[in-house]
Amino acid sequence: MKRIEAVNDFVIKFANVNGTGSASANNMFAKSLFRMGLPISPKNIFPSNIQGLPTWYEVRVNEKGYLGRRGGVDMMVCMNPQSMAKDIQEVEAGGYFFYDSSKPLDLRMMRSDIHFIGVPLKDLCQREYSDARQQQLFRNIIYVGALSALLDIEFDVLTGLVSDQFRGKEKLITSNVRALEIGYHYAAEHYQCPLGIRVERRDAVGDQILIDGNTAASLGAIYGGATVAAWYPITPSTSVVDGFDKYCKRLRIDPGSGSKNYAIVQAEDELAAIGMVIGASWNGARAFTATSGPGISLMSEFLGLAYFAEIPTVLIDVQRAGPSTGMPTRTQQSDVLACAYASHGDTKHVLLFPATPRECFEMTAEAFDLAETLQTPVIMLTDLDLGMNDTMSPPLVWDDKREYQRGKVFNEEQLEAMSERFGRYLDVDGDGIPYRTYPGTHPTKGAFFTRGTSRDEYAVYTEDGEAYEKNMQRLLKKWDTAKNLVPMPEIIEAKKGGANVGVIHFGTSRDATLEAVDALATEGIVVDTLRIRGFPFHKSVDAFIEQHDTVFVIDQNRDAQMRTLLVNECLVSPRDLISILNYNGTPISARKIHDEIIAVLRGDNVRPLHKKKMAKESV
Amino acid sequence: MTYIRPAFRHPDLPRNDLGFTRKDYEGAISTLCAGCGHDSISAAIVQACFELSIAPHKVAKLSGIGCSSKTPTYFLGNSHGFNSVHGRMPSVATGANLANRDLIYVGVSGDGDTASIGMGQFTHAVRRNLNMMYVVENNGCYGLTKGQDSATADIGSASKKGEPNHFEPIDLASVALQLGATFVARSFSGDREQLVPLIKAAISHRGFAFIDVISPCVTFNNNPKSTKGYEHVRDHLAATGTVDYVPFKQEISTQYEQGKSKEVTLHDGSVVHLHKADPELDLNSRRSALRLIKDYKAKDQILTGLLFMDEKSQDLHEILGTSKTPLRDLGAAELCPGQKVLDKLNESLR
Repeated sequence: MKRIEAVNDFVIKFANVNGTGSASANNMFAKSLFRMGLPISPKNIFPSNIQGLPTWYEVRVNEKGYLGRRGGVDMMVCMNPQSMAKDIQEVEAGGYFFYDSSKPLDLRMMRSDIHFIGVPLKDLCQREYSDARQQQLFRNIIYVGALSALLDIEFDVLTGLVSDQFRGKEKLITSNVRALEIGYHYAAEHYQCPLGIRVERRDAVGDQILIDGNTAASLGAIYGGATVAAWYPITPSTSVVDGFDKYCKRLRIDPGSGSKNYAIVQAEDELAAIGMVIGASWNGARAFTATSGPGISLMSEFLGLAYFAEIPTVLIDVQRAGPSTGMPTRTQQSDVLACAYASHGDTKHVLLFPATPRECFEMTAEAFDLAETLQTPVIMLTDLDLGMNDTMSPPLVWDDKREYQRGKVFNEEQLEAMSERFGRYLDVDGDGIPYRTYPGTHPTKGAFFTRGTSRDEYAVYTEDGEAYEKNMQRLLKKWDTAKNLVPMPEIIEAKKGGANVGVIHFGTSRDATLEAVDALATEGIVVDTLRIRGFPFHKSVDAFIEQHDTVFVIDQNRDAQMRTLLVNECLVSPRDLISILNYNGTPISARKIHDEIIAVLRGDNVRPLHKKKMAKESV
Repeated sequence: MTYIRPAFRHPDLPRNDLGFTRKDYEGAISTLCAGCGHDSISAAIVQACFELSIAPHKVAKLSGIGCSSKTPTYFLGNSHGFNSVHGRMPSVATGANLANRDLIYVGVSGDGDTASIGMGQFTHAVRRNLNMMYVVENNGCYGLTKGQDSATADIGSASKKGEPNHFEPIDLASVALQLGATFVARSFSGDREQLVPLIKAAISHRGFAFIDVISPCVTFNNNPKSTKGYEHVRDHLAATGTVDYVPFKQEISTQYEQGKSKEVTLHDGSVVHLHKADPELDLNSRRSALRLIKDYKAKDQILTGLLFMDEKSQDLHEILGTSKTPLRDLGAAELCPGQKVLDKLNESLR
């Protein structure tokens, strides 16, 4: 029988029942590889449920540092009888299936092309522990111990992790290490260890950290000076505000008085959450909310107000699979259009697209500068994959000399010195961005009325068509100003002068895209890439599309929303952009991107290859 | 109605402690219908702020959508105003208040804005004991869309079109009492004597101060069959008593008869006196207020005046434990922990 042989390059998947304490054991497993200097990308695949349903944890190990989903499973650790039949089917030929052999396997599920590794976890636990809860919890630790022998994980690294986790609780350290040993010894005695797949220490992670995007975003909000967070709980964004709360308790308590230099309000719904953010921002505080798709729908009316009344607003959208309630615990990039044009009337909003935890941190902090500079909503679009999975990332960095960009705000002295009438919506500098004042600044100057109705340059209500148009034109001018302020795209040219084929991607498609591009290069296909990091699009996005004969756009949604946005905003023909789509709720894989690009370039697809030729023909 | 207001100010106009005249608290000319109750409420707010010697720019006025929500344009022209979206003023006021606890927040809403589209936000602002005065200008109808019944219209009450309302009315004062509002009053736009001291007390109160003001819609809901028209309200009023508001600085010289009056000291040291008309009213008892509202309603009377006060309550900032310095005044020194802290954090994530 074939046996998958691989060192530091495989995918292992854990099938568990949620609510059984498997998460911390699985985390320990992943972190042990990370501490052996190996790049890993763990992904939680979990149900919208608290206890009793199947949940999976997939870890890719890759010493070259590819972090996207690869596709396929080399080893399955199956702890869930409910999902076992399907889990067995998922293993690649020559792969390994680890199971609890306390009960014999159902023979109908057997496959002859994979290797079955049984460890009687339940029996081992019953022998060792009398307490039922302990039997369940240590069962998880025992399989980690067994994997240590099977995959050659350094045992010291595991015991080190246990010591870190339970620092000061000697009893727990001893009992966990004992459980690891039970598993290790059983596997070492009954199987030839290591298996064909195994790990070896490397120095391939450098100074990188393991953090989820939501936590990184919450730290970005703290470093960015947010003082007000208003939110309504919704998966997968909840941990953004949870993180803000956790770190504020550590970092934002006034040492003298013990009072809080922040306020968090759990609102009654998303409408109220965004309303509070707008009220606080209007009054001069940095405020934010975090939500997901359904929240965006509810917040849309207020987003229109913030756009039209020009109030800074920071919103973090951790996208999940829609429409409607959709698949609440599965990932997608399907709020792109809903966010870009949220609300009725002519509106458009500044968007940010982070791809790594470090970008979640940086872009969240930057969102406050942008929102206050531009006096408009700024929405950071991340997703469940990035937000909720521990992801390898360069360390978080903050320049201590950096100052907050608070935008154009007149203070009391400036108002006092002013001889002309203050015009809240007057384009003084020609960049479309007017000056604002905070309430309570000056006894007689600078007060104005904020409203969602049309008004003149002095904030006085008007239904005069000319004044309305002038104001809408100024908002467009401000939009143009924004193009040079939002993060620039990241362009990687495969060769000097550029290739003929270009791939546009954004957010969490990054890792899979770059891996697919590397794979294509080994087959002689050179591809340039452009990663969109902000909206409105920088002019280099137009240029990239113009310069490449064939342009692919990778979207993790059904309707190719980023492609639509490009067609709409860059004035390119839809036929110039070929979509690669992934929307089954799991992150896009390098294999899929690679295969679809190959298929199109080989002509397996009816879509036109050379847009310029086509354009000529149609003339 | 004149649309030009003379800029001339008589040099002998009375001035308050800060040197402001009443004119400094006025706003733009109202564009509401002549005789609209809302304009009387605006005038009462102007009078109250003038008499309280509040610096006009230290007030933030907020509203939702509708005729009532237009009124912040017509008072306190030197204050920042925010005309938000329909029914959502409470959330905007909450955010504004979180950002700067030192300003005075005046929210103006209507019965549609509060009892229908904004019912959710209203109830939660009450629950949080947000430090603000929340005035509902209650006319039982949607004026700006030409007179549809609102959720506060009484059963049987008919608007201009003559169709009687069939649905149970929402009594906002009772709702506020049940949800924990710490200052609840009801008044009538035509009774300035009662309204001005109530507004002054509401502004001085720390916590959520709710005033339901019956304010007839002269155009769409002022006919004989309406229970929120001038005629009906005047004929069916009953008051909890007369209210005096005595600012902190002013010495109290009058002695009130025991049992018939109630004296409450607010957190800023000012005092509210209620000369009770109904000896049954216990100003610190929600149950007493709720019962009396029902009893009077059963007698086809509208009980107005101060209904309930809890002067010792904690407002949202006190509950959350936020800094005494307004959050918006904190700078990077207080807010940004710096790279050293990040270094440690990075280390813990390896």
